Amino acid sequence: MSTTESPASGIGPVEGASLYSADNPAPLIEAPRARTKKTPKSTRGNFEMVAWLFMRLSGVVLVVLVLGHLLIQLVLDGGVSKIGFAFVAGRWASPFWQVWDLLMLWLAMLHGANGLRTVINDYAERPNTRLWLKGLLYTATVFTILLGTLVIFTFDPNIR
Amino acid sequence: MATPVMEKNGSAPEPGFADSPYITVTFRVRRFNPEVAAEATWEDFQLEIDPKERVLDALHKIKWDLDGSLTFRRSCAHGICGSDAMRINGKNRLACKTLIKDLSPEKPITVEPIKGLTVLKDLVVDMEPFFQAYRDVMPFLITKDTNEPTRERLQTAEDRERFDDTTKCILCAACTSSCPVFWNDGQYFGPAAIVNAHRFIFDSRDEAGEQRLEILNDRDGVWRCRTTFNCTDACPRGIEVTKAIAEVKRALITRRF
Repeated sequence: MSTTESPASGIGPVEGASLYSADNPAPLIEAPRARTKKTPKSTRGNFEMVAWLFMRLSGVVLVVLVLGHLLIQLVLDGGVSKIGFAFVAGRWASPFWQVWDLLMLWLAMLHGANGLRTVINDYAERPNTRLWLKGLLYTATVFTILLGTLVIFTFDPNIR
Repeated sequence: MATPVMEKNGSAPEPGFADSPYITVTFRVRRFNPEVAAEATWEDFQLEIDPKERVLDALHKIKWDLDGSLTFRRSCAHGICGSDAMRINGKNRLACKTLIKDLSPEKPITVEPIKGLTVLKDLVVDMEPFFQAYRDVMPFLITKDTNEPTRERLQTAEDRERFDDTTKCILCAACTSSCPVFWNDGQYFGPAAIVNAHRFIFDSRDEAGEQRLEILNDRDGVWRCRTTFNCTDACPRGIEVTKAIAEVKRALITRRF
């Protein structure tokens, strides 16, 4: 029985003379990650990792900021009835509360926006829906952050 | 033959046999035949069957005795080959490892193809996207020295233990097709691919862990995992899939910072 009679299979014989030599090499096995032209480009980069990490870290900080905020505003010192223009003006006279509120604004807005971004990514089925929803989300986020920051820095208690 | 064989014929047992193990079970199977209709439909089959039998036995009974056109995959039929993953009573399981008595057989038992992959016929889906993601993580040993090794690549028992859990994967796709993120657009690598990357990333003999981590750092890589634990619930081998994904995430973060 000759082993050279079945070269069509492309598999060399287990024993005996080899089908292949240096001049006649075995066919290459296609690389396992070979992809077609239609395959979407891979989008490596650390954005998703940074976003994931930001969610965890900002979440921890927000627990302190938001619970502290709610406690001060709604529970301590007579509760919600004390809140008025004068109360807010008094708080923002101190840089500590300015920084607290600014940090809360930025972290909460970015945390919420990133959360909604992942929700849109997971649930929007058509690319167009995704584009519009995200456009709306980013516009609203930027507007709120800028407006809030502007108010915190330019707040004037002597307004009439 | 010395082995005692239990006499079992497919039909109902003889009347008067008081302690008959057979019960009547309805199987509600999701049928799809692209040559007949564009939509999948439910079809009910009534069977007299021993509740200690498996769902796969019931499917065999349907295919061999009732409707030969029922199409499903199975090879070894003993929970090793991973070809008969399907959605049974709304949960991804292997038909060959699911006993009928565990499925409350007094109600109809639903059998559907796994979700998120294109159905070709009845319970058979196109597994190509699943295997593409698997191939993408390079599930094979990679070493930097190009010379043929002169001795065995040794490893301590602890080093082997590190990735023992993820070596159990049989590529049945029960986890990936139970993942809601995968259902959306199928671009997510999916739990199975990450589990098989984990198996090599944490193997002390392998030297391409960095490359694999870089692949999984993709937009559709590990960061799309929402830790819903569907994959861990679905795995017929009991692999702690979500834990493996979390370990890959941690490896990515500790590598950078």
